[in-house]
Amino acid sequence: MEPSAVWSDAGDGMFRVPVSSFRTLAEKLRNEEGFDFLRSLTGMDWGEEGLGCVYHLENTVTGENVVLSTADADRDNARVPSVHDLWKGANFNEREAYDFFGIRFVGHPDLRRLFLRDDWKGHPFRKDYDMSLNPLNMENEGNEDEAPSYEMTPDGGYILRRHPLFEDQEYVINIGPQHPATHGVLRFRVSLEGETIKKIDVHSGYIHRGIEKLCESLTYPQTLALTDRLDYLGAMQNRHALCACIEKAMGLEVSDRIKCIRTIMDELQRIDSHLLFIACLSQDMGALEVFFLGFRDREKVLDILEQTTGGRLIQTYNTIGGVQADIHPDFVKKTKEFIRYMRPKMREYQEIFTDNVIVRKRLTGTGILSREDAISFGATGGSGRASGWACDVRKRHPYAMYDKVDFEEITFTSGDCFDRYMVRVKEIEQSLNIIEQLIDNIPEGEWQMKVKPVIKLPEGSWYTAVEGSRGEFGVFIESRGDKFPYRVKFRSTGLPLVSCIDTISRNAKIADLIAIGGTLDYVVPDIDR
Amino acid sequence: MFDFGIITGWIHTQLTSVMSDQLAIFLECVIVGVLLLLVYVIVAIIMIYMERKVCAAFQCRLGPTRVGPWGSLQVFCDVFKMLTKEIITVRHSDKFLYNLAPFIVILASVMAFACIPMSRGLEILDFNVGVFFFMAASSIGIVGILLAGWSSNSKFSLIGAMRSGAQMISYELSVGLSILTIVVLTDTMQFSEIVMRQADGWFIFKGHIPAVISFIIYLIAANAEVNRGPFDLPEAESELTAGYHTEYSGMHFGLFYVAEFVNLFIVSSIAATIFLGGWMPLHIPGLDGFNAAMDWIPGFVWYFAKAFFVVWLLMWIKWTFPRLRIDQILTLEWKYLVPIGLANLLLMVIVVVFKLHF
Amino acid sequence: MRDYIKGLFSGIWSLLTGMKVTFREYFTPKITEQYPENRATLKMNERFCGELVMPHDENGSNRCIACGLCQMACPNGTIRITSETVTDPGTGKPKKRLVKYEYDLGSCMFCHLCVNACPHHAIEFSTDFEHAVFTRGKLVKTLNKQQS
Repeated sequence: MEPSAVWSDAGDGMFRVPVSSFRTLAEKLRNEEGFDFLRSLTGMDWGEEGLGCVYHLENTVTGENVVLSTADADRDNARVPSVHDLWKGANFNEREAYDFFGIRFVGHPDLRRLFLRDDWKGHPFRKDYDMSLNPLNMENEGNEDEAPSYEMTPDGGYILRRHPLFEDQEYVINIGPQHPATHGVLRFRVSLEGETIKKIDVHSGYIHRGIEKLCESLTYPQTLALTDRLDYLGAMQNRHALCACIEKAMGLEVSDRIKCIRTIMDELQRIDSHLLFIACLSQDMGALEVFFLGFRDREKVLDILEQTTGGRLIQTYNTIGGVQADIHPDFVKKTKEFIRYMRPKMREYQEIFTDNVIVRKRLTGTGILSREDAISFGATGGSGRASGWACDVRKRHPYAMYDKVDFEEITFTSGDCFDRYMVRVKEIEQSLNIIEQLIDNIPEGEWQMKVKPVIKLPEGSWYTAVEGSRGEFGVFIESRGDKFPYRVKFRSTGLPLVSCIDTISRNAKIADLIAIGGTLDYVVPDIDR
Repeated sequence: MFDFGIITGWIHTQLTSVMSDQLAIFLECVIVGVLLLLVYVIVAIIMIYMERKVCAAFQCRLGPTRVGPWGSLQVFCDVFKMLTKEIITVRHSDKFLYNLAPFIVILASVMAFACIPMSRGLEILDFNVGVFFFMAASSIGIVGILLAGWSSNSKFSLIGAMRSGAQMISYELSVGLSILTIVVLTDTMQFSEIVMRQADGWFIFKGHIPAVISFIIYLIAANAEVNRGPFDLPEAESELTAGYHTEYSGMHFGLFYVAEFVNLFIVSSIAATIFLGGWMPLHIPGLDGFNAAMDWIPGFVWYFAKAFFVVWLLMWIKWTFPRLRIDQILTLEWKYLVPIGLANLLLMVIVVVFKLHF
Repeated sequence: MRDYIKGLFSGIWSLLTGMKVTFREYFTPKITEQYPENRATLKMNERFCGELVMPHDENGSNRCIACGLCQMACPNGTIRITSETVTDPGTGKPKKRLVKYEYDLGSCMFCHLCVNACPHHAIEFSTDFEHAVFTRGKLVKTLNKQQS
């Protein structure tokens, strides 16, 4: 390691690297040590120590993890070297950090704001941010047509360059923010040549609620309520991740019963999400029949979830050190019924959709995401596994009961839309297997551990990830010993997916973009947070 | 089979007995025109209601149930709602063409509608090149769609219009080829004559293999012609929001909507006419009692039953399959349907020349 | 050429299989719920979170002691408690008494924190889900029955 790096072991621990030597260290880690997966990039405001970032890196071959952090003490002109060329996924994450903290990433090609309006004043995640700077703005937002970038000059200074996003004569259409196929308020500016896509510029932030900022003023139990609203098709898993992270920080080990219930719930949620994926993909492609079949079957999952948790989309089930309520007396019976019901239905999906010649022709060979790109972008979940990257957190960093159940990690090789679709279909079957193994063997025990009424975490930082419905959902908490978190960062599962959409849909048709968006399976509130 | 020509002839003689010939014919034209539009509207309403119910049944739903018994008044309410809506004009659009486009579409649709023989003696436009006229009239609709997309000053509309141009002009060819196959069999282009020739058996039976192939090709191509089913690219709601009619509202949109549904009915009834015997009842050779019973059912009932059966078939297709992509649509047409259609035409010529048909 | 013909027929076969499925669905029982009509038979799961209620016993009294824990636990200020201090006639000690328990359904996230925080189980979620009102102000509800 770099001699100037300092190890600090509060919480999970991390290496603190001075900003001057950060870039060389990053290059070394990427190119020589093989840390090719940037799990998470978190912007931080450390007060006196300045503004900086925390990088969670993983070597996908050996499974080693390392956490780096760097900070620039000059708060007004904080500059951190960009790593977008080492890990492509850093591109959007650095834009996010610039947006929230005003950290200028030197060498970044497109340092626009990612979530907030272009005319936003200040950077809201800084601790010295003045809330009154931005009253409710009712003006229309203009289109930023130029991408600014900060580049280093040979004499050590920095200059600001602007690059036009589109040429004058390009035929640019807006897909979104209100568009039936973007599954929410996401906006693509698409440059077309006939029907062929030349370039895509992603605009997000239309449903940005500042959940991470909100968490900084809420107590730990209160933050839980917000995670259900990130990826609303992975409410269980999101909350599982946050609870697990807080429990890890508290040093609390939950009982086997809780782990088992959480695992079953996560898998039910995954089935729910994947059924919705099939339904929405087919609807995007114009086959409304499958849309209704998917929703009909998903209803059965929702009924089971509702019976135990009292919610359908927003379940508010996991709590710190347990779950909200014990499983419903009918839960086991109904879940088994559902497994028996669902298995033959998979055959029906295959007949009407998977085997259909139109589906095959449209999905096969379109939107190919190579394995290298998948890792570099950090496109985890079904999209990464379709490209041949075994990125399942349940296998990489087993949590809850996943090391005790037998299931197969589905991977494909070609990384096209059809493989992305098939991963989800096969994962439904795997999830059914997992539930089947656990449902009869839920251990006795308490469903809520004893926790203090006021939860305070010790000083330090922690990162916990679970396999969400569409990828690695991570929670990073930095605590200063209060009952409020100092900084909470949710590793969005969808942000890497939309950041790779420009790469994989170039030279595709408009109809392919819809299929690509459908198979990437992003959920917009999860991207925008 | 009852001949409506008796009634119409009687009306004509009654009218000429009280007024001059020209006036009588003028009056008859007006009446026929009004009746045609009336039937057009009724068909549109039935089609929209049927679409909703059929698609709901395919999707395990019930469809409209609220307004009237089984939701039967739903369509009337929708029409009323559409009539009361504001017609929005888009800034920087070509106002004249923008307002003209829906009328071209509806005009083409009405003209094609007038070609169909509904029962014996109920042909409105019936002359010796009726098939030609039908194809020419129905193609005018493309112009309307292209104009709508072009004049809307919207990029989505323009892409939709371009797609429909490419698609409809291509598929016109297959429709033509498959109808031509039957024309070879019948050696007439007059619709009433085509129906009459099927008195001893529908063409789909008489022409056996080539007729069945051309029936299938016709169904596919006709489905593409009316922008429906897996071929709804010009409006592809998940890609182009609503394609060429994105910027239309109120009754202008309503005209597109109605024309789309009636066009579906028109192509179905053409299929019924040239392949399934039009208003001819089903006759099975040898079963005289059965045939006599079939003859008791009036011709227009036969006609509508067959037409709506084909409509149902097309709806079944539409609600099953996902949409194709633009290049696949053209591949399907130029690499599959056209070559097969041409070979099939040749096959039909051979069948006719060697008298291999029934 | 062989691939062409093979592709053609396998394609047609896959399409027919799909049509077989839809044809079967055409006759399966429909799943539409006729909601307002089936109100009488519609049964919600007992754990369903409709809205916060404060159960009262037959004398019209509730178990709330106006401690304010629920108000503190709430992440977005949905609960507002007004209390007064009265002298308990039995013991003569001052004691808090609930005057008004206001709950804003419009901003409730159904996160359960208030129910969990309550030491006396004075509040719970009911399964009533028909919340439509015409103005937002009507969503602010007073949960305790006014005692005479």
